[in-house]
Parts: sequence; structure tokens; C-alpha cells
Amino acid sequence: MQKRFWNEYQKEIADDHFFYERSCIRQTFFPGSEAAFLRIVRDELGKDICDNPHQHTCTGIGYHSDVVPFETTMTVVARLFSLMTECGYENYVPSCVTSFGVFSEVIEKWENDPKLMEQARQFLWEATKREFKIPKNIAHPSDVIYKFRFDLKPKMKYQLVNRFTGKPLRVVEHIGCHYAKIFPERGIGKAEFPYVLAGMIEAWGGTVVDYPERRHCCGFGFRQYLVQENRGYSIANTKKKFQSMEPYEPDFILTNCPGCNMFLDKWQYTISEMEHKTYDKEGFGIPVLTYEELTGLLLGYDPWQLGLQLHQVQSEPLLNKIGIAYNPDEKYKGISGRLLQRPERPSCLRVFN
Amino acid sequence: MKSISIIGAGPSGIEAASVLARLGYTVTLFEKSSSPLKNIADKAFLFPNFAAAGDIVELMNKKLLNSNIVQRLDTDIVGLVREGDSGWKLTDAKGASYYSDLVLLATGYTPFDAHRKEELGYGIYEGVVTSLEMEKMIRYDNIVTSLGEKPRRVVFLQCVGSRDEKSGNHYCSKLCCVTAVKQAIELKKQVPDAEAYIFYMDLRMWGQHFEELYRQSQQDYGVRYIRGRISEASGTFDGRVQIKAEDTLMGLPLKMTTDLLVLMVGMEASEGTRCLAKAAGICGDYGFAQSVDPHINDCCTLHDGLFVCGSCKRPMTINDVINDGRAAAVAIASRQ
Repeated sequence: MQKRFWNEYQKEIADDHFFYERSCIRQTFFPGSEAAFLRIVRDELGKDICDNPHQHTCTGIGYHSDVVPFETTMTVVARLFSLMTECGYENYVPSCVTSFGVFSEVIEKWENDPKLMEQARQFLWEATKREFKIPKNIAHPSDVIYKFRFDLKPKMKYQLVNRFTGKPLRVVEHIGCHYAKIFPERGIGKAEFPYVLAGMIEAWGGTVVDYPERRHCCGFGFRQYLVQENRGYSIANTKKKFQSMEPYEPDFILTNCPGCNMFLDKWQYTISEMEHKTYDKEGFGIPVLTYEELTGLLLGYDPWQLGLQLHQVQSEPLLNKIGIAYNPDEKYKGISGRLLQRPERPSCLRVFN
Repeated sequence: MKSISIIGAGPSGIEAASVLARLGYTVTLFEKSSSPLKNIADKAFLFPNFAAAGDIVELMNKKLLNSNIVQRLDTDIVGLVREGDSGWKLTDAKGASYYSDLVLLATGYTPFDAHRKEELGYGIYEGVVTSLEMEKMIRYDNIVTSLGEKPRRVVFLQCVGSRDEKSGNHYCSKLCCVTAVKQAIELKKQVPDAEAYIFYMDLRMWGQHFEELYRQSQQDYGVRYIRGRISEASGTFDGRVQIKAEDTLMGLPLKMTTDLLVLMVGMEASEGTRCLAKAAGICGDYGFAQSVDPHINDCCTLHDGLFVCGSCKRPMTINDVINDGRAAAVAIASRQ
């Protein structure tokens, strides 16, 4: 690319003392990511971050599926803010991109219509006798990692370089729609060329693949997937992206959204079963990583502690390319050291044991 | 006889200077560039009659060959203030001052910077060019893709930086519609096998012979028109450009790959116009200069002795600005 506009669009990201809010679904599909983020922030960056056990959904999935009314969403958001206020924090960091979008939207509404905020305060008080302050800063965890990407780099054991060829790895980055498409100015690089993940990739030695369907939806789209009859739209979206990125032969896909992670990963299995097609040359599929998993891997965290064995597309080819050490025998062992069951083999998509 | 300064040696400034000089007035013509007529110097042909732009430039330059016209090229006027009761003080970027009884602002426009529409990929993908760059290609008979090959398909997109919420320009730039028609015809003349598509919101063929040109482009040259705006452009693996749009007549989304995407960039107030309109307190909409009245007093301003002409007021075509320069000259001459 000749010019990188995204450098011109930056946003304020707090420096320390974060209040973390977990995602509803990430711990199920990518169970090591949130723990890795907390470890990175606390142990690698030496920052303070609060992981409050009383947190709950932001209603995002229900809200965007038209089953939760906005008044309910506002009140639930107000309760989450009250937890942050009670803990003495001002910098809110929601794990999920949809939560990030919901909080941004609610605050925008409150700023434009203070009566709505008063209504939310009243509902919260009547229901819980709690009060809240609006966060001084809301940043997505990918913003936080982006901000400190050069601080993390010296601590990293690995770089995004193919150890066999010495060339930078080619990385497809996919940004969740609710990160910057709703409020472009709240995303690094805005909506057209978001830089939050691209910045990490470039800082850590990789190159970003700019393919035609880069901005296209991952296939989640809420109602596309949640309404079962619409799932054809969902997988068609995902297939369109894979077809578009295939000629560039990406080494892996990096995302910052729970839904994107899940659909770009799991639909590869579905497409391979339906059409006997994978989008890499070897038939293993294209690995899909969260930014926390990637950061953890490069810092030298154990791939299985990061939960990579729970991905549909297995990551061993990528680990081998980077030269990341791993023990295959530990892959399916639980924390107790006992061997858990091995997953069933797909009929088309190749997997490692 | 009162002294007259004209700021801007575009077609309107030159025409005004020429008329005033022929009427016997001494005129100082300031131009920030090293040569006049910068905005049309690289044009190939002018709509609607395909007159060679070079011929127009030559004719306009001849008008400057009058001993009553003093040219001050490479002089960027950045300051304009009322001096006393009856005169004006002009200051250039180097700090030099000039005094004049009457001033005519003819600082013109600047093309919209297509980088601001990031989604269209200008400055990112080599296959995305502006209408000005296309005009140069036409002029030098060198319409080629980023790979140096003759294009198989060229897509023109109207209203880039005009009638556009994102760029903040809600106005129509007036000349892009017919320019795209003209350029598409030129493309078909030079590369007959190339397909030409024009994406538009509505086509504003307001001038004499414009509608005929539009019809001719379809009947004689096979130019295809699609009503809809392009939402994004991306580079493809083989160096082409993929566009996404909605065909609003068909009511369907559309995806197309093209060798060249030509962005028909609109007109914005030039830096000189913005700066001097602000200095003189005659700011109009979108940074353009404001006249007293667009109907019957369009070359005068609220300030006695300060006049405006040409595209420093609003988007205008070349023949519009030449006529307006003449009108300003008459307004100045009849004032004394």
C-alpha cells in the first residue's frame, strides 16, 4: 500500500488501572484468551486491572437480535458501570467488541439525551440501589495491547517471521464490526482501514494481507446466524472472505471479536465438510487467533494453556513456522494432567493429534 | 485613475485584467504559481465541443500581452486588509506589501483531495485515479493501467467530494457529470475495446449540448450508466480494483472488477480563497467567498472597492468564469 491513513487516526487509551469486563462467549470458545490478557497486563506490563466476579452480560447479543429493549440494555450497562465505580476504577475495558460497541452507543445516547441517562440511573436505583459514574475512558483490550505493543516486543521470544524462509508471516486481520463501524472515531484507524491489529502485526514482524473482502462481515451478523433459517447467509459471508483471501496464502487470521473468531474458525470445518474445500494448500485450514493468543504465543506462553487445542483449525503448522515450542503429548491433558478425550476427526479438514 | 489589483491568474482573473486593460486601466495581476492558468494547463479537451484546452490557454495567455497589465507571478497574496478610507493593503507570503484602490479576488478553487474518501482507495491502490489524472492520460494519449497496459474496463465515479456528507461538502460541483461523459467518450476514442461505466446519483446535464453529449456517449460509444454510488474499492490479487456498489435502479448490490477507477473529484475553495475571504470578512459557505447578491450584484462584496469573480465564489465551468471575469471588469469600470 502506498499510504497508510490509519496512522492519522488515533484515540486516547488509558495508561493504567483498568476495569475488565469479560465476554459472555469467549471463555467457551477461546478459553485461554481472557486469562492471557490479564496475565499480559499484570505480569508483562505491570499494570493494575480489576477482574470483578460480579459482572454479567452487557445484553449485546440480545440487543442486536432485537429481543432486549434498549431501556434494559441501558440499565444493565449502568449496573456494570456501578461495579466499576464501586471498585474505584474509571477506565473500562470490555473484552468483547460487541460490548465495546454497546457501551459506546449507550454513552453516546446519554451524552445526546441526558434524560435517558437519568432514566437509567432511576431504573438502576429502583432495582439495585446502586449508582454509577460514566467511565473516563473506554478502550477495547486490543486497544490496550496495541498501545503497549512496542513495550511488549522486547519481552517476546518469537517474531512473526517464517523461520524456514526468513520472510514475514502474511497475516489477515479481521476487525469486529462493532469496533469501529458504529463509531469510527472510537477505533484506531477508524472504520475504513482500522489499524489496531495491523499495528500489532507490523510491530511484531509480520505483514498485513490487504485483500478485497477485508472489510466484509465474518458471517456472524447476529440474526444471520442466530435465526437458524438464515445460517446460509452466515456461511456464504464467511466463504466469500475465504475465497477472497485465498490467493494471498495467509499464514493465519488475527481477530479482535468473539464472533469473528468463532465463525472464521469453525465455518472452515463446515465448508470443508460441505464442499471438501479448505483455503490453504496443505488442507489444514487457516489458523484463527485472538490477539491475546498471538501476544501470549510470541511471549512464550504454552499454546495449550492458551487454549489453542480448542480451535477447530489446529495451529501446529503455524507454531512450526514461527518455531514455537510445544509438547504434542500435553495437547489434550487437563489442568490435573489427566488425558481428556480426543476430538473426533473431521472427514476433510486435516488435523494434528 | 484608480489602481486595480487582481489576485489570481486563472481564466476569470485574466479575462477581467484583459477587459480592464483594454478599457485603459492599469492592472496588477498577482499569481502564486510561476505561470498562469494552472488549473487548465493539463486539461486535454473541454466540454461540450471538445475544444483543445491548449488552444484556450494560448488564447488566454495572449490576452495578457497588454502593456497595461503588470504580472506578478510567484507572488502568493496571504493578507488583505482595508487601508484607510479608500484603499486596500495586500501582503504576500514573503512579507512584501502592495497597495491598491480596488481589489478583485479571483483566487479560484482547488480540486477535492480524494485521499479524504479513504474507502475509495485513492493513494492506496494504483488503479484508482482522479479525473485530473485521467485528463492528463487523455491529453498525452496514454490511458494505461497501473501495470502499464491498455485498460479493458474503466469505471468513473461521480460526486467524489461533492454532495457528500462524509466530506462535509453538500453542494454540487456542477461540472463533474459532463466531465465524466466527456472523458468516457475520449476513453472510447483512444481505447475502443475498453468498457466504460459511469456510476452516478443523478446526471445533471444542465448546459447547452450536455444532454446531447450524454446521449451520444451511449448511442455512439456504448458508455454504460449505473445509478448508484460506490461504497468501497479494494485492490485485487492481480493488481486491479474491486468495487462494491448498489445499483439503485435494479435494487441490487453490485460487485465489479475494473482496471481503472476514476474518481470525479469536485471543487473546493482554494487555500487562497479561504484565506483572503476570511481576511476580508467575506466568507461564504464551505470557505468560498461571498458576493453581495448572486442575482444582480454577484461581483461586488459588502466592502466598497473589493470585488469577487469566478470559482472563488462557487463551482463554475471555464466559460462561466470567463464570463464572470468580464462581468467583474464591468462592475469595476462602472464603479469609478
